[in-house]
Amino acid sequence: MRTDDLIKALDADARSTAMPLGTAWWLAAGGAAVIAAVVFWLTIGPRADIATAMHTMRFLAKFVFTAALAVSAFALIRALSTPGASTSRAAAWMIAAPLLVVIAVVLELLSVPAAEWGTRLVGSNMVICLTFIPLIGIGPLAVFIAVLRYGAPTRPVLAGTVAGLLAGGLAATFYAAHCFDDSPLFVATWYTMAIAILAALGALGGRLFVRW
Amino acid sequence: MTGKDEAELSRLMRAAIAGDEKAYADFLRRTAALVRGFIRRKIVQGGVDPEDVVQETLLAIHVKRHTWRQDLAVLPWVYAIARFKLIDAFRRRGRRIEIEIDEIAETFAEPEAETVSERDIDRALDGLPPAQRSVVSSVSVEGRSIRETAAKYGISETAVRVSLHRGLAAIAKRFGAKQFGRE
Repeated sequence: MRTDDLIKALDADARSTAMPLGTAWWLAAGGAAVIAAVVFWLTIGPRADIATAMHTMRFLAKFVFTAALAVSAFALIRALSTPGASTSRAAAWMIAAPLLVVIAVVLELLSVPAAEWGTRLVGSNMVICLTFIPLIGIGPLAVFIAVLRYGAPTRPVLAGTVAGLLAGGLAATFYAAHCFDDSPLFVATWYTMAIAILAALGALGGRLFVRW
Repeated sequence: MTGKDEAELSRLMRAAIAGDEKAYADFLRRTAALVRGFIRRKIVQGGVDPEDVVQETLLAIHVKRHTWRQDLAVLPWVYAIARFKLIDAFRRRGRRIEIEIDEIAETFAEPEAETVSERDIDRALDGLPPAQRSVVSSVSVEGRSIRETAAKYGISETAVRVSLHRGLAAIAKRFGAKQFGRE
C-alpha cells in the first residue's frame, strides 16, 4: 500500500470522538480514589482515635508527604503520556515528597532521644503497612496502566514506574489514616518500601502492557 | 520546521479532529513529507525501510490524536511519535539502535517524496478479518469514497465507517506488536 493510499483511508476516518487524554486522566484519578477508598473502608478503615490524632503534627505530616507524592506523580505521568510534552519541570517536582520526608526525619532525630530511635523506626505495624499500601494501591495502579495504554508514552517503563508511585501516594494517603505509627522514621522506612513495591509492579506493567 | 509550518499544521489538525476531511488530508500529506525527511536522515544503517516507519507513524498519529493537546504545538508531538516509532522499528528487528536521538534532524527535515516497495502495512492488512480488510482496501488502494464502498458491498455508510475505524486501529496495533516484522 502506498502512503498516499493510507492517507486516503485515514482521511475518511477523520473525525475524532475519542476523549482527550487530559480528561481521561482526571476521570482515572477520580475512579482510582473511589477504588482506594472502598478497599480501605472494607478492610482496615481509619484508626479509632483519629479525632485526637488530627491535632498532632506527626499524624498530619504523613498526609503532607503522601499528598505531595500523589500530586507530583500525577503531573509527571500526564506529561509522560503525551508525546513531545516537556517533562523536566514535573520531574523536578518529584523531589518534593522525599525532601519533606528527609526534613521530618532530621527533626525527629533531633527531638527524640537516640534510645527511642529503634522502637520508633520498627513501630508495630510494618507488616500491615507492607500489606495494605500495595493492596489499596493495586486497583488504582491497574486504572493508571489502562490510561497509559490509552495515551502514548514514549518511555513506557518509566511511565509505568510513575504510575506505581502515583498509586502508592494515593494508597498511602488512605493507609496513613489507619496507622498508629506516626514517627517520620517509620514512614521513611516502611511507607517507602511499600510504595516501592507498587513502583516495581508499575514498571513491569509498563513493560508488558503499554504498547502502541 | 518553521513557525509558519507549525501554525498551519496546528490549524489543520484542529479542523481535522472536528471532522474536516480536507484539512486532515492536507495535514497528513504535509506531515508525511516532513516525517519522511526526518526518518531518512535518522536511519544511517540499513535494515529498516524508512517508508514503513513513515506509515507506522501516520497510523500512530491517527489512532493517538486524542493525546495532542490542542493548545500545544503539533510538530514536537509529531516528531516525538516518529522518533518513538523509529526506535521501535529498530528494536523489533533485533538491531542495536544506530540512530542519533537528538533534535538536530528535526531542524533539517525537508519534505521528501515516497519510494515504492513491498510494505509491512500490507502484511498487517492481510491479517484483518475479511470484512474490515475489504473496506480498508476499498477506501485506500482502490480509492473509493465511503459512499461508493457502501454501495459496492451493500452495507450502510455507518457500517463502512465503523469497519474502517476498527480496521485502522487493528493495523496500528499489529504494527506495535513485538513479533511483527520481517523475518
